[in-house]
Amino acid sequence: MTYTVEASDITKAFGEHRALDGVDLQIEGGSVFALLGPNGAGKTTMVRVLATLTRPDSGTAMVAGHDLLADPMGVKRQISLTGQFAAVDDVLTGRENLALMARLRRLSGRAARGRTAELLETFGLTDAADRRAGTYSGGMKRRLDLAMGMIERPRLLFLDEPTTGLDPRSREQLWDTTVRLVEEGVTILLTTQYLEEADRLADTIAVLDRGRIVARGTAEELKARVGGATLRLRLADGDTLEVPTDGSTDDIRRTLERLDAEGVHAPDVSIVRPTLDDVFLHLTDDGARRPEPIHAELKEAI
Amino acid sequence: MPLAHAISDSRAMAGRCLRRSLRDPEAFFTALTLPIVLLLLFVYVFGGALSDGGSYVNYIVPGLIVLCAGFGAGTTAVAVATDMSNGIVDRVRSMPVFGSSLLVGHVVASLARNLVATVLVVAAGLLIGWHPTASALDWLAAMGMVLLFITAISWLAAAVGLLARSAEAATAFTMVLMFVPYVSTAFVPADTMPAALEAFAKYQPFTPIIETMRGLWMGSTSTGAPVGREAAIAVVYCVAILAASAFAAARLFRERTG
Repeated sequence: MTYTVEASDITKAFGEHRALDGVDLQIEGGSVFALLGPNGAGKTTMVRVLATLTRPDSGTAMVAGHDLLADPMGVKRQISLTGQFAAVDDVLTGRENLALMARLRRLSGRAARGRTAELLETFGLTDAADRRAGTYSGGMKRRLDLAMGMIERPRLLFLDEPTTGLDPRSREQLWDTTVRLVEEGVTILLTTQYLEEADRLADTIAVLDRGRIVARGTAEELKARVGGATLRLRLADGDTLEVPTDGSTDDIRRTLERLDAEGVHAPDVSIVRPTLDDVFLHLTDDGARRPEPIHAELKEAI
Repeated sequence: MPLAHAISDSRAMAGRCLRRSLRDPEAFFTALTLPIVLLLLFVYVFGGALSDGGSYVNYIVPGLIVLCAGFGAGTTAVAVATDMSNGIVDRVRSMPVFGSSLLVGHVVASLARNLVATVLVVAAGLLIGWHPTASALDWLAAMGMVLLFITAISWLAAAVGLLARSAEAATAFTMVLMFVPYVSTAFVPADTMPAALEAFAKYQPFTPIIETMRGLWMGSTSTGAPVGREAAIAVVYCVAILAASAFAAARLFRERTG
């Protein structure tokens, strides 16, 4: 198995605050890896470390075949960073923003013009190409931001909260774009607060909480950690009733029999599996109820 | 990082900064009109009272060049501070480019803007009767002084922009640079001022820089010191400001982006 990112025991402290407290990460080539966590969990710090912007206090990492600390220039050549806040120049037009990136990638004038036009087309910005980026909608800015990172196709793309603040339609478009990039062979490290986003895009999810990875696995594996299933009954009068079970046939049958005995009859019943939200709350709940880190077991599963 | 790449990246970033200055209509308009308005104001409104016969325009040109460069530097500081507060810096630093190209780009654009302002002051001055007595060689030396001065003040502006952390804070720097030249020999000779101000005016950096230009263009300084002496002090000041600012800027840039 080839990994595009292999980081081990990354730590980074800002004063007393330990933003990253021994993070291990492996990202398989060609996959989407989501780093999930509440605000302040260390997601952005981890992205900044892997994108060569912040030097870790300790730990080692190979990113896209280059040693992060010994050869940051090698890493920079293979990555592209899409920040939390679209890093486009509002005063320049979309085309000029792209042309600037092409020049910084040292394309010749002709090649730069060609690539710029191509990217405008791919990202649906041709009509707006000669308008200032400051006049773009949130979704268009994110697309331009993404396009600016695609002058040369990167091996690893960082999407740091790519859809924060976008309307549902723009979010949908950005997801489609992401899927297309993965099909082209780009590996993606996604950070997000939206569980739906991770559920939909990510092959592997790691939950980061207070600088430590507290769980990792596929969305299904993580949901299985919470376990159980809820029976949702839609009653004849239109009310719904939710009854927790452990998810086994035995328990579901017993629950239904008990409901029958109590005279509860429903024309419609469904089984609701835990959502990533449940997983998230379960794993990042503070203090006493915090579960043991479970990644040792899940590591074998992935 | 090969030097050719550093130069090419810095050129690309300077192009961006210049494009941005051309697209900011208010700042662009102010930068173009300020030198001319100030020149006309000083020569025609204050000039009659300030000058004892002779044409005031012959006195004032170097002071106006310095004043406009101060204004231009303020613009640069604000531009650097603005850039540091958005995602552009991270984007550029995550790319395989010369990291400081962002800073060098701002400084180069600042140089270009200040040169345009200088040319405007000189051209407008000549139009309304400025009569420099300088030889071609003196002209060259005077322009050399201008170039050294605006390079120093542009790096100073970049350092201040990095230090400021916000565009608003950087704006305060413009105010300082716009007013300190008034307490120099820019508009009136130092010996007309009260003792305390006179001492400040004589020894602050703007004075030898202004007197060097004045001496080269008009043949004599307002302080009575030989132009060679003023030039030596001016060069020491400029090189010191340049070295300290460039060093501070490089260091601050690493710290702010690390």
